[in-house]
Amino acid sequence: MKLKKFKEIALDGVVRQNPTFRLVLGTCPTLAVTGMGAVSCLGMGAAVIFVLVFSNLIISLLRNIIPDKVRIPCFIIIIATFVTIISMFMEAFLQELYASLGMFIDLIVVNCIILGRAESFASHNPVLDSVCDGLFMGIGFTLSLTLMGIVREVLGKGALFGAQLWNFKIEFFAKPAGAFLTYALFIAIFNVCYNAVERKLKHQAAHKAALAEHQSEAAVAATEAKEA
Amino acid sequence: MDVFAIIIAALFADNFVLSQFLGICPFLGVSKKISSAAGMGIAVTAVMVITCAVCYPIYTFLLAPMGLQYLNILVFILLIASLVQILEMVLKRFSPGLYSAMGIYLPLVTTNCAILGVAKIVTNVAASAADAGFVFSDVFFGQLVSVNMAMGYGEAVLSGLFYGLGFTLAIVLLAGLRIKTDKLHVAKALRGFPMTMLAACFMAMAFYVFTLM
Repeated sequence: MKLKKFKEIALDGVVRQNPTFRLVLGTCPTLAVTGMGAVSCLGMGAAVIFVLVFSNLIISLLRNIIPDKVRIPCFIIIIATFVTIISMFMEAFLQELYASLGMFIDLIVVNCIILGRAESFASHNPVLDSVCDGLFMGIGFTLSLTLMGIVREVLGKGALFGAQLWNFKIEFFAKPAGAFLTYALFIAIFNVCYNAVERKLKHQAAHKAALAEHQSEAAVAATEAKEA
Repeated sequence: MDVFAIIIAALFADNFVLSQFLGICPFLGVSKKISSAAGMGIAVTAVMVITCAVCYPIYTFLLAPMGLQYLNILVFILLIASLVQILEMVLKRFSPGLYSAMGIYLPLVTTNCAILGVAKIVTNVAASAADAGFVFSDVFFGQLVSVNMAMGYGEAVLSGLFYGLGFTLAIVLLAGLRIKTDKLHVAKALRGFPMTMLAACFMAMAFYVFTLM
């Protein structure tokens, strides 16, 4: 795979098509898990990365074998298998995390990010691309989840990654209503920043193009003058 | 656990959308109009009741005795997918009017975490149902069934029904709010999803009151 394509996929997953803030997919775990603290967010993110990478890998390998008509049930079975694996793994080795995340680990099966990537990317892209896509989509999800988790933990519990910082806390942010408010503000802020950066990049590109055109025109004029 | 407590908890205090964050995707996605919100709500309720009615006995009498609890996700998701398919076919055949009203929402319900969530919650209850001492199953299914089935089947179906109704309540209320909020002139960044979520934020505050009772 070329480096440029790799960069494209990475940028798409983490920024341009960030599953949480741009596509607004997988909202249920986002709202629920961010209230459990930043550590749970990282754990949830790791589980989603695992499932995304492996389901994308298998679906991409089988993309020419799975009949188009029954593709959704096939995807779901593949995804459910990996969710069962990670769920059992966490239950055995990370009991504390598993207990706090509760059934949201099992509910990764019906997380729209994973089925969405299977349907829109892995089912018609080569294996390596699909694995990268799964990895970076998962990283994008984890980053945004952890960011929101940190904000809600600091404001709502006065703690960071489980360590108590101070006694001041606004309990509203730890409650369901706070989840909706935080998410709404995060989407708004992310979109403002994204649009500003994009506008600037477009401006720069246009400027560069104009400059290049000017130079080539000057070069043409120079050669014409020489010939004359 | 008495019936009234289940109903109040399922409708308000443990509301699926606003306090447990299950089924957020349809909640935000299909709440533009009150009619479509109601259609989605009814479809979810119907599927939830059927899911509870089927998943509970399959878990208690098939998976648990054979020690196959770890297969529950796979079994439930397959069951739900096929149940939705069957429900769609039955509706198409016997009630075309109802099918045209809620048929388009049924396939969406399959990959809705609220349904898998209700199956998980209900079967978790099943593990501790022995001491529940719930008598509503007598009313629904007669003495015979309640002897054969573990106590708590009635409880399972009932909570499925009221979790579904709680979802319907929330989504219809949000659709009503969105009719107002979509007309507001707000900052460009807040248009769309953020504004809907702010409306949901205020609803969550209102529903939170019930947990304090």
